[in-house]
Amino acid sequence: MPSVTRLLDDSAMASALSRMAREVVEKSGGTRGLVLVGIQRRGVELAARLAGLIGKTEGKPIPLGKLDITLYRDDLSTIGPRPRVGETSLPDTIEGRTVVIVDDVLYTGRTIRAALDELADFGRPRRILLCVLVDRGGRELPIQADVVGQTLDTTGDDRVDVAVKELDGRDSVELVGGAPL
Amino acid sequence: MTDLLIRGGRVIDPSRGTDGVADVYVRDGKIEAVGRNIPLPPGAEIVDATGKVVAPGLIDLHVHFREPGFEHAETIASGALSAVAGGFTAVCAMPNTDPVTDSQATVGFVVRQSIRAGKARVYPIGAVSMGQQGEQLTEFGEMVQAGAVAVSDDGKPVKSSHLMRTALEYARTFGIPVADHCEDMSLAEGGAMHEGLVSARLGLKGIPSAAEEIMVARDIILAGLTGGHVHLCHMSTRGSVELIRWAKAKGLRVTAEATPHHFTLTHERCEGYDTNAKMNPPLREAADREAIRLGLKDGTIDCIASDHAPHHYDTKEREFDEAPNGIVGLETALGLAIRELVEPGILSLPELIARMSTVPARVFGLAGGTLAVGAPADVVVFDPARRWVVRREDLHSKSTNTPFLNETLVGQAILTLVGGRVAFDRPDRPVS
Amino acid sequence: MTTPSLGKDLIGLEGLSADQIRLILDTAEPFKEVSERAIKKVPALRGKTIVNLFFEPSTRTRISFEFAEKRLSADTVNVATSGSSVSKGETLVDTARNLEAMRIDMVVIRHPSSGAAQFLGDRIGSNVINAGDGKHEHPTQGLLDLLTLRDRFGRIEGLKVAICGDVLHSRVARSNIWGLLKLGAEVALCGPATLIPRELAELGVQIIPRIDDAIAWADALNVLRLQLERMQAGFIPSLREYNRVFGVTRERLDRAGKDVVILHPGPMNRGVEIDSDVADGPHSVILPQVTNGVAVRMAVLYLLAGGAPEWQAS
Repeated sequence: MPSVTRLLDDSAMASALSRMAREVVEKSGGTRGLVLVGIQRRGVELAARLAGLIGKTEGKPIPLGKLDITLYRDDLSTIGPRPRVGETSLPDTIEGRTVVIVDDVLYTGRTIRAALDELADFGRPRRILLCVLVDRGGRELPIQADVVGQTLDTTGDDRVDVAVKELDGRDSVELVGGAPL
Repeated sequence: MTDLLIRGGRVIDPSRGTDGVADVYVRDGKIEAVGRNIPLPPGAEIVDATGKVVAPGLIDLHVHFREPGFEHAETIASGALSAVAGGFTAVCAMPNTDPVTDSQATVGFVVRQSIRAGKARVYPIGAVSMGQQGEQLTEFGEMVQAGAVAVSDDGKPVKSSHLMRTALEYARTFGIPVADHCEDMSLAEGGAMHEGLVSARLGLKGIPSAAEEIMVARDIILAGLTGGHVHLCHMSTRGSVELIRWAKAKGLRVTAEATPHHFTLTHERCEGYDTNAKMNPPLREAADREAIRLGLKDGTIDCIASDHAPHHYDTKEREFDEAPNGIVGLETALGLAIRELVEPGILSLPELIARMSTVPARVFGLAGGTLAVGAPADVVVFDPARRWVVRREDLHSKSTNTPFLNETLVGQAILTLVGGRVAFDRPDRPVS
Repeated sequence: MTTPSLGKDLIGLEGLSADQIRLILDTAEPFKEVSERAIKKVPALRGKTIVNLFFEPSTRTRISFEFAEKRLSADTVNVATSGSSVSKGETLVDTARNLEAMRIDMVVIRHPSSGAAQFLGDRIGSNVINAGDGKHEHPTQGLLDLLTLRDRFGRIEGLKVAICGDVLHSRVARSNIWGLLKLGAEVALCGPATLIPRELAELGVQIIPRIDDAIAWADALNVLRLQLERMQAGFIPSLREYNRVFGVTRERLDRAGKDVVILHPGPMNRGVEIDSDVADGPHSVILPQVTNGVAVRMAVLYLLAGGAPEWQAS
């Protein structure tokens, strides 16, 4: 029976997101030209929340987009049956903007690489930043996050499960298997 | 030639209505004696037939041996071997060769090739019209003189009613039947399978049952008009069976045959576009198959004929529309007949042998179909219960285009004598 | 979450389950978005080789497939030959073997003989997609018609769709019949009796003899192209009569007094089976059909590519 450790509950996640929202604005140098793009699936919900938090603080709506990276994965030629492709929609243009990619968990870095490739097909942002709820280590590519909610040190046997109210009915981050830090 | 004593088999002779365990003594190429416990004659070899059936050699009125012209698919020799392997001691070869068998020269060729092969007797059927073009009558007299036993333009119908009428009248002079391939071409042209739900689903042009029935009706009426003998080839529809029943009730000289695939398969077999299910007339519906079976039972359909139609593998290995029609059938006929007709109780074994031996002989006026003393020793010994799997490498014909590959059939010939000579001896035949 | 497999080939809709059909339609949605981008390309099928093997002339279907393939970053080769394999000299069997020897990943085939796609699929390990085999099926057309109807009505179940015209010779009709029935629509066939196989009623479709009744009944009409050859072969007396008795005209639609959505697989014979003011009118979804065609074909290629060809060591 694998062990399950609750790392963040509702309120912990809410405060993490508040702090992350502030850091995003800081690292982006303000909200001018700021666009948040969430990665399917849960990155989309997190990006929406961050956009909401930032928008409330700054008093203006922050453009929000969704990106599904399935078609840009680097393992499509080797895996068998195809994964489902979710919705991609970006606000009119990302040309010259500051794009903040939002995802729930950063692990090998391949998802982000795919996201960078896909964004390149849409245009050329001025800057791209990465914001993740959990950085669990285990990078296989030279990719780093600019804004992190929680850092973990995990092994290949561990699983990090992120749940969001909008999809799963509750907010939580859990580590399954292995010892917590 | 060695004399043989075929001992202890169930001897079924429909020509004399006998069915019981007995011995058959073959001497000098003829049936010398049939009776219980015949003492072993000097110089005779014993054939142990216990548990087997001993019957007059099977006779197939409708085969296609592709010689001359298409020897890559089959020759008279390979076909005659396939025949005896299937238990047939005599077959009638259709004339749609290249050149067409439409003269005494070509008829004579077939006869000579048959003798050279030394297996089943191959009787030539001459064409009705020169080159089977449907215009000019062939020389029936010359062909019969050279050995033809019937006339037919099979492969094609005799389109012109006038020509059919003339052929039926002229054939009366020589006492031969006109065998017709019943197909109204204006309805059937371009069709690849039976017109029905399956053809609608597969997107293939269909041949409606009406195409056959219209010609059957025409031929029956002409038989009435001329007093001639029409033999209807490969009947496939329930409508045809009804028409033949009516004709016979009126006393018209109409005989008919049906193939094993028409009493076994239906048009569903064409699913997946298997070209080994493509033949002419096509496989029809379950109700048609049922009518053929009942027709064989009540004698409306006189006999079973295989319409053995060899095609080289390459020619069948193509799109359904492009593939030629037909399947081989000499070696699967008996096994299918016992499985589909005898085992379910539709025909008894004696009734089946009548339909495959005695009656065909009578329909075409051939010797054979009997084990009467003095008759030529055309005999088949078969195992009526043997279950065997049809394997490509075991078939003796040059071509193996059959939908029954890898199927289990019931009943198989193990020894076939033609004129008292062993023409086929299955390697695994038990010897005493 | 991975999707259930479609198998190696797409031969027809008859062989697919309702779930598989829905899978393809759902997968087509994100591909519609790709076609709206400035850079209409995703790397999903990068490095795959696809041959478009067209034994029958076709511009629109071939171009649609080509766009679908290129937008997925695949490498494509077009082989166009006319006529049957017999006139061409090389048999379909040999063509198949050559393709396999060249390690082609996928073959899109259009051929004049029913069963040709299955014939090819049975003999090579590459994925085979039927782009129309004889009169049998044209599954991607059926799928794009379903997608277009779903876009317009929000559902397929319970929709009343009348397929009008030469059903006998139409592979589009057959694919549509299967797709619509499996997704729960009601299907009717309307046209001259000589061109409607009555046996199809056994599948659960209605046969409505007159076009006015079909229009009154239907939510949507799928109007099939009538070919000149049908008149020459004696199935109908003349194109003029066909248009007067069966043509989908503005007057007929107005008389019915309801909005009926109009589909057509193209190319259209304006003035024969359909009049211009209908084809270009507000209820026509003929152009959306074309747009959806590329998305549906991308979805099919994407889903089939998930199964590795048999000759690839796993």
